[in-house]
Amino acid sequence: MKLHRISAMFLRHIYLYRHSITRLVEIFYWPLLDLLVWGFVSLYISRLSAEGKSTPNFLGIFLGALILWDILFRSQQGISVSFLEEVWARNFLNLFVSPLTIGEYLVSLMLVAVFKVVVVFLISALLAWVLYSFNLFIIGLSLLPFMLNLIILGWALGILTTGLILRFGQQAEVLAWGVAFLFQPISAVFYPVSVLPKFLQKLATFIPASYVFEGMRAIIFGQRFSFDLLLRAFGLNVLYLGLALFFFFRMFRQVRAKGLLAKMGE
Amino acid sequence: MSAEGLPILEVKNLSKSYNSFQAVKDVSFELYPGEILGLLGPNGAGKTTIIHMLLGLTSPTFGEIRIFGLNPEKPRQREKILGRMNFSSTYVALPYSLTLRESLMVFALLYGVKKAKAKIDSLIEQFDLKDVADQPVRTLSSGQMTRLNLAKAFINDPEVLLLDEPTASLDPDIADRTRTYLKEVKRSKKIAILYTSHNMQEMEEISDRLIFLHQGEIIARGTPKDLIAKYRGEDLEDVFLKIAREVRP
Repeated sequence: MKLHRISAMFLRHIYLYRHSITRLVEIFYWPLLDLLVWGFVSLYISRLSAEGKSTPNFLGIFLGALILWDILFRSQQGISVSFLEEVWARNFLNLFVSPLTIGEYLVSLMLVAVFKVVVVFLISALLAWVLYSFNLFIIGLSLLPFMLNLIILGWALGILTTGLILRFGQQAEVLAWGVAFLFQPISAVFYPVSVLPKFLQKLATFIPASYVFEGMRAIIFGQRFSFDLLLRAFGLNVLYLGLALFFFFRMFRQVRAKGLLAKMGE
Repeated sequence: MSAEGLPILEVKNLSKSYNSFQAVKDVSFELYPGEILGLLGPNGAGKTTIIHMLLGLTSPTFGEIRIFGLNPEKPRQREKILGRMNFSSTYVALPYSLTLRESLMVFALLYGVKKAKAKIDSLIEQFDLKDVADQPVRTLSSGQMTRLNLAKAFINDPEVLLLDEPTASLDPDIADRTRTYLKEVKRSKKIAILYTSHNMQEMEEISDRLIFLHQGEIIARGTPKDLIAKYRGEDLEDVFLKIAREVRP
């Protein structure tokens, strides 16, 4: 063991953080998100017991929420990680010097995302039923619009992330793994929106996923769920997908002008 | 010179700037069917930037590019152009986890190749890749990878081929066979090839005409023979050193 060699490797990683804001932010990002999500979950549970309400079906709420959350996450990753795979394989240039158009490329990534979502969803639902006797399909036909909304939001986030990676390169790669989780605390995945502070409740109205998870909980509790809210989520999703596409095409034009598209592929 | 007819690729007053840095300055040239045009120049001379502009990967700051009479800056025309041309570079790879055959199938579909399986088989044969055809790309040696890149470049029977240092990691035998193949397809199929390499012997052997770039500008052009005579060099390498050192501050 030589101290100078250990310090060389230590220094190598410190240099990395000095030159990469994203890596520096990442150190605080995950603990902060965990603190927010699990803090609100604890608040929800303690409020229920303080109000003397009967314990809800936590197994259903948490498992259902986890499986549905994964739809959003896989849908986003289906786009951004599939894009990164081309960059890592140095195949990116080969694709963009073929007649493949950007529109065709994005549609193919969206299909990959749907494929991943369907496979992961079926396996997760099966495991939840086998291991915990939880039948996600009790949600019934409403499951389909819930899923569709989460897939579209995942597409929008995936396209947005991909646009940022195109523009900022490796620095932005970390977004492919973490961007969806940024919305988790205000998507009210594991607790109702009412648990959030007022200003976050306002923000949650702009997050389509919050309507989906509220809907899921309402159905598991045997309550009526307003399809108006689901439609509102759908409207927001269409708007966000449109904005993400606009952003992506803008970034694509910029990286062509700056010569970054070619650099990304080599 | 084996070039004939009207130019298949025309570049007029092409320039590319990144803020105050001018990577390519007022470059004009033509490429004819059945011709190999060599782009020569030291590192950073602008060769790769020109190729990237021809492929539509980088947008020009000024100037005009016409390939098959079409403008690669217009998306619909770019799509048509790219269907009839191809590109290979030592610095670009193919998906590592796919087998060689699967990789070529993806590109056959991208280029809309008819009878893709037969085409892939013939390319595998042509580029001596039969033994590794069903192996993942990650297991290929750098020479095999370069040959696979070349096989990919011929998947759509291109009329224009842009080759960026295609033989850089090949052993002398395979490099020679590759050059022979390129000369043969140039002659038989009248393919127009734009070629870059730092191997001067190769450039002298393969190029019908040469363009010498330095700091983004064309500073000399002609056949290898003309350039050697003009600069009173022993061979192209000697000419390269003379020109590069003459203009280098």
